[in-house]
Amino acid sequence: MSILIQGGRLIDPASQTDMIADLLIQDGRVAAIGVDLQEQAEQVIDASGQVVCPGLVDLSAHSREPGPAQRGSIKTESRAAAAGGVTTLICPPTTNPVVDSPAVVELIKDRCEETGITRILPMGALTKGLEGDQLAPLYALASSGCVAFSNGRNPFTSSRVLNRALEYAATHDLLVVFNPEDAALAEGGCMHDDTTSTRLGLNGIPSTAETIEVARCLLLVEQTGVRAHFGQISCERSVHMIAEACERGLPVTADVAIQNLLLIDENVNGFNSAFHLQPPLRGQLDRAGLIQGVITGAIQAICSNHHPLEKAAKEAPFANTEPGMTGLETLLSLSLMLVEQQILELPQLIEKLTLAPATIMGIDAGKLSVGSRADVCIFNPELSWSLTPETSRSRGKNTPFMGYPLRGKVTHTLLNGHTVYSL
Amino acid sequence: MFEHIDPNQIQLTSEGELKHFITVEGLSRELLTEIMDTADSFVDMGAKQVKKVPLLRGKTVVNLFFEASTRTLSTFELAAKRLSADVLNLNISTSSTSKGETLKDTLMTLHAMQSDMFVVRHSSSGAAHFIAEHVTPDVAVINAGDGRHAHPTQAMLDMLTIRRHKGDFTNLTVAIVGDILHSRVARSQIHALRTLGAAEIRVIAPKTLLPRHIEALGVKVYTDMQQGLHDVDVIMMLRLQKERMSSALLPSESEFYKLYGLTADKLALAKPDAVVMHPGPINRGVEIASSVADGDRSLILDQVTNGIAVRMAVMSMAMSGQTKCRMETAESFETRL
Amino acid sequence: MSSSSLNVEALLKKMEQDLKALLTSTEREDPLMIGIHTGGVWLAERLHKALNLESPMGVLDISFHRDDFNHSGLSLCGQSSQLPVTEGRHILLVDDVVMSGRTIRAALNELFDYGRPASVTLITLLDLQRRELPIQADVTGGTLALGPDQQIKLIGPEPLELEIRQK
Repeated sequence: MSILIQGGRLIDPASQTDMIADLLIQDGRVAAIGVDLQEQAEQVIDASGQVVCPGLVDLSAHSREPGPAQRGSIKTESRAAAAGGVTTLICPPTTNPVVDSPAVVELIKDRCEETGITRILPMGALTKGLEGDQLAPLYALASSGCVAFSNGRNPFTSSRVLNRALEYAATHDLLVVFNPEDAALAEGGCMHDDTTSTRLGLNGIPSTAETIEVARCLLLVEQTGVRAHFGQISCERSVHMIAEACERGLPVTADVAIQNLLLIDENVNGFNSAFHLQPPLRGQLDRAGLIQGVITGAIQAICSNHHPLEKAAKEAPFANTEPGMTGLETLLSLSLMLVEQQILELPQLIEKLTLAPATIMGIDAGKLSVGSRADVCIFNPELSWSLTPETSRSRGKNTPFMGYPLRGKVTHTLLNGHTVYSL
Repeated sequence: MFEHIDPNQIQLTSEGELKHFITVEGLSRELLTEIMDTADSFVDMGAKQVKKVPLLRGKTVVNLFFEASTRTLSTFELAAKRLSADVLNLNISTSSTSKGETLKDTLMTLHAMQSDMFVVRHSSSGAAHFIAEHVTPDVAVINAGDGRHAHPTQAMLDMLTIRRHKGDFTNLTVAIVGDILHSRVARSQIHALRTLGAAEIRVIAPKTLLPRHIEALGVKVYTDMQQGLHDVDVIMMLRLQKERMSSALLPSESEFYKLYGLTADKLALAKPDAVVMHPGPINRGVEIASSVADGDRSLILDQVTNGIAVRMAVMSMAMSGQTKCRMETAESFETRL
Repeated sequence: MSSSSLNVEALLKKMEQDLKALLTSTEREDPLMIGIHTGGVWLAERLHKALNLESPMGVLDISFHRDDFNHSGLSLCGQSSQLPVTEGRHILLVDDVVMSGRTIRAALNELFDYGRPASVTLITLLDLQRRELPIQADVTGGTLALGPDQQIKLIGPEPLELEIRQK
């Protein structure tokens, strides 16, 4: 099987390529790149006026499998990923049952292979049942395919257990991912603790709920030497603390969810549960700090923090709804707003959606050079569209961007040289 | 990104009349005055032998209380009955909603009973808003208290009580004292006082009972009650829930009373004609001394009387706005045909 | 009656005479005069003075009893009813015009909320002869037939004038 993608603007951050070029794919790999390639192919895709880049790598996407089917499955969420140009999903261990045994990893891998639309790489649990008491079998989980280890937002009530988990991960040179949140400070909260929460009478989650945990984790990273990544940070202060640790040479990285770069706590006015997110939408200054972090590189990657939910989970008074938004299908279009707002150049943005997350996870993805795996995203940066409940492929329709005018639409997604989505 | 949401959108008709009463925030001074004027005429009704008018005759009002409150429930019930409505009281404790029926299911069931108005009390902020958004367009929703968000009828009865004693708001310094953090009453009072043009609004509480950046709502913050009460015209006390002691917000009731309880000594710091209010039920010896609560400056019983009148006013105004809305919809439907 | 002869003072004079005669013939002592807000109040004030009645007059606001609440909502006139004790009294109820009879129906309901009067006599400036309810005035200044697109309004309180408007 061979595919020739002709005349697109080829952007590959790994090789610092940004030019109009053709791309030839053979046997699932990139066979040639060049201007006006003369090779014959079984299929030709005309990409003129479009951008051709590596398939997106999403650092936080809940596929919900294993777990309640009404929230999504590997099949439904893979389709959503393909429609959003995402070819690699890093899935948190917070499935049901949680990813704390190789059997669960095997199940996810089997379902992923069966579906064949996207690559799902699970993260393993740091502790059994994510309970923060006993270590999960990290080495066995890593051997069966877990790319990183996390306890999600489940708390480590004991710093001693956390320290031991990090020491053990460091022993096997495993990557640990933190979603920093102090459970006691965040307890009962459903939005950022500030003027808007005061006005609406909603319980706040103070910024310190995140920064205190970032501080604790950084100190223990320093002590244990473990490789660590901070997932979906939301506060300006966290950006500074992580950047400062980086400067001191600690092996830490960070990502941010696109919604936290675009929205703020004031959007919760009107009690629209679509804006009930985790981490919460913070204030204007936090948003500015996160954007600054993305520009300076203190934050390396941007993710969707994809949380599909069934309708009923959002149909209640704000505090009684579940947090999260479905995001795979809108990740690229929303991220392109950063280019429109002149925060990032297009190649810089592509890097934060492809190469950077792949590098953080240490996986072979996010590149388009001769010989690399042909995971490709082709998008028309000018095409206007809106996500509608009818056209959305994710099982969850929970996003404030439902019906919102978007610009930039994925037209083709290729996984291992196979077209898994075309407009 | 995304337009600012105007909380009025949901509670006003295209003509600017009330069709729901969810929050005081954002309503015009004219509308708040209209509520008080209407309520005033209902207060006068107390002189009649037959304390009942037929404004809501044939309408069904459902008091939908997800949070127990005998007091508020009974004033709403009495208000609805004095307007000649048929009243159904539903105490839906949290235990029955946890049986799996969602709030939306409950609403749909009640709507199928052809109710015309829901009076809602719920422990979650935004619940009344949610219900107003999810009921069919011909049901009026009155917020009888949602979480820490709003208690607009309580605030309006307080405003009516102040107006009946002080006449005008523009020269008044008003102090709100106690558990501001958990208080929907305080939030609604602040919005109402600001809209009606009170000269100065103060909140007095220890920092553990003050929400973050409360000053953004246009109030002056005092942690010292002696300073805060100096020269005020109106003192509005808030109820202190007992469970605040167990959640490390306060060391003890007696320490709170010593620092923030309204005693005759502290009352003497306010203006000589200052009046004292409390939404009830009172914790004597915790927020307020018995001598002050029962004293001649206390308007606590007036508040109760005015409460029924204010509730009658907003119920009849919202029902009227709702009815007009429905007729407009029907008309536009006819013209489309 | 033609619209040119709508002299309020002349109509009032006739009402005063007819009412005097009625009170004499019925032998009702110490009647209580009540005006319906707002036009009825102006007229009641004039008649109260002219007849030299002893008991102070009352004011009736019918907003809470209007039968068009479902169509046009609550319209407050700004002044609520102010009545002395009505129980067992002979009431002289005054309004500017009687048309369909609906206002008077509402007024009777409001009146009865205050107690049981001995009798109610209805006095109006004009009878527009468009009855929709079995209610008519005992004393009127005159009758007037309006065109279907005409409305009449009493302007006051001083001087009292009638104005016919095209809808």
